[in-house]
Amino acid sequence: MVNNKKSISSKPVIEIKEMHKWFGNFHVLKNITLKVNQGERIVICGPSGSGKSTLIRCINRLEVHQQGDIIVNDIELTGDLKNLEAIRSEVGMVFQSFNLFPHLSVLENCTLAPIWVRGLPKKEAEEMAMELLTKVKIPEQALKFPGQLSGGQQQRVAIARSLCMEPKIMLFDEPTSALDPEMIKEVLDTMIELAESGMTMLVVTHEMGFAKKVADSIIFMDEGEIIEQNNPKTFFNNPENERTKLFLSQILNH
Amino acid sequence: MIKDLYKPGSYPNLAPPKGTVGFYGWTKSNLFSSLSNSLLTIFSFILLYFLIDGIIGWFFLDAVFDADSKIECRKIDSGACWAVITRRIGQFIYGFYPDAERWRIDIVFIGLFFASAPLLYPDLPIRRWLLWFSGFYPFIAFILINGGLFGLVSIEINLFGGFMLTMIIGVSGIVCSLPLGIMLALGRQSKLTVVRSISVCFIEFMRGVPLITLLFVASSMLNYFMPPGTNFSILVRVIIMFTFFAAAYIAEVIRGGIQAIPKGQYEAAEALGMTYWQTTRFITLPQAMKISIPGIVNTFIGLYKDTTLVIVIGLLDPLGIGRAAVSDTKWNGLSTETYLFVALFFFVSCFAMSRYSLWLENKLNTDHR
Repeated sequence: MVNNKKSISSKPVIEIKEMHKWFGNFHVLKNITLKVNQGERIVICGPSGSGKSTLIRCINRLEVHQQGDIIVNDIELTGDLKNLEAIRSEVGMVFQSFNLFPHLSVLENCTLAPIWVRGLPKKEAEEMAMELLTKVKIPEQALKFPGQLSGGQQQRVAIARSLCMEPKIMLFDEPTSALDPEMIKEVLDTMIELAESGMTMLVVTHEMGFAKKVADSIIFMDEGEIIEQNNPKTFFNNPENERTKLFLSQILNH
Repeated sequence: MIKDLYKPGSYPNLAPPKGTVGFYGWTKSNLFSSLSNSLLTIFSFILLYFLIDGIIGWFFLDAVFDADSKIECRKIDSGACWAVITRRIGQFIYGFYPDAERWRIDIVFIGLFFASAPLLYPDLPIRRWLLWFSGFYPFIAFILINGGLFGLVSIEINLFGGFMLTMIIGVSGIVCSLPLGIMLALGRQSKLTVVRSISVCFIEFMRGVPLITLLFVASSMLNYFMPPGTNFSILVRVIIMFTFFAAAYIAEVIRGGIQAIPKGQYEAAEALGMTYWQTTRFITLPQAMKISIPGIVNTFIGLYKDTTLVIVIGLLDPLGIGRAAVSDTKWNGLSTETYLFVALFFFVSCFAMSRYSLWLENKLNTDHR
């Protein structure tokens, strides 16, 4: 396990209370209650279609919930647009399919939002972007276009792009699922480094090695419900729920 | 033996065998690969010789460039009688614009070159300065063409004609229809019902009506709708109709481009905290416009050629001037020369647009696939 240099504070940065969501008539998220403290790293796993991605997409309101409360950074998520942008610039998100802007260079991908959303001067934004690109180990690719990079490099750019907004929370939506096996490690290494720096992280992933190494707690979801939340040791060695046991046996024994 | 020459892993890149590449290799494999192919090549060359000989003869060698009438032309030589063009070139370019004032149109043409350059080529060295000129150019051009200010003689609109008329309608239509088309395309995707409905109605109406009908409306009916006393010039009314018509098509082309952008692009922009207008400006439009270039230029070329339709409301574009020339008793029956000349003018303009769009597509291609 990664050493916690910064102790987890007990003040929750994300608080979800009895939240429900429907897609039309389909009940995707059922009675979700979850607290995430400053600096906490949470891994969410579960079979496909269990609502993991939808859950973290609700946190920056890419999806709208219909019932219950979500409070991020003391701001309650409602239809009010002002709140929304305040939250989105504090919550970074990394997608399964990278979603880099193909018509902009790597550097421009990283500086666009800091310049226009945060109002940083161009020079400052570029300096910060180069610093973060160095952190994810691809400063030499700054002037290339996303289409010229490998999948792993693109995902690292996407991480740097999110970090350029200096978010307090980072959401990862299956960041390694679209990558070739030999590229998964470089992205996971970047994420581990980020975790070590004390970032609050919510990660949807099937990489159980990463979960064991980094997570403070692991959530197992099935059919829209949080079935079990536990620390990694208990989660992997003595899962409480039958469904968790079945899921773990399916993904670990192959 | 090769095995002895190179160790494994050190085999060099060798040149291809002789006679397979270069001019010789290409000729051999494409023109003379077999006996029948060789015969066909020789036969084609002979055919081409006679064709080109005939064409060059009619167009240039046996052609007459200066004569007073068709009969005189025929006396001089047997080829094309280009005299009908050279004697009337002033009309073809300026219509019936007074001789003494034609320098004004020349300045407008030269100005157009400098005004469009910075818009078409983003990497131009002194682009910033030229852009200022581009901004003022429409007003300069309007004053020069129309007159009535700064001591310039006012010129009646019914004297406008020829290529000058084509350029006025074509360029104004192209410049105005693009922004309107973009707004309509965004309007059609809007979440606001009122904006969306207006856009849809406008687009569907404009696309559903023949351009000629719109031109008749412009020439006759539009005056009924205007408050009494206003007198919009017929040219402005025609330009408005061309703009509306082209904008409706461009809106649909751009909508296609917008819909081709993956949903993830919007999600990424939203997740970064960008507003709708920021996303539209930096993410949606640059990508949608790039995809839509072929369709937009297609519409532009269509609009440019459709300017010949103004003949039905009594404006004399190059085609109209040509028809007048052909029906002149002196030049009666020289339709081939006249229409070829007009066709050449349109072809050169449209081909230039087409090549420009290809160049632009290449320049904006960042996919590197």
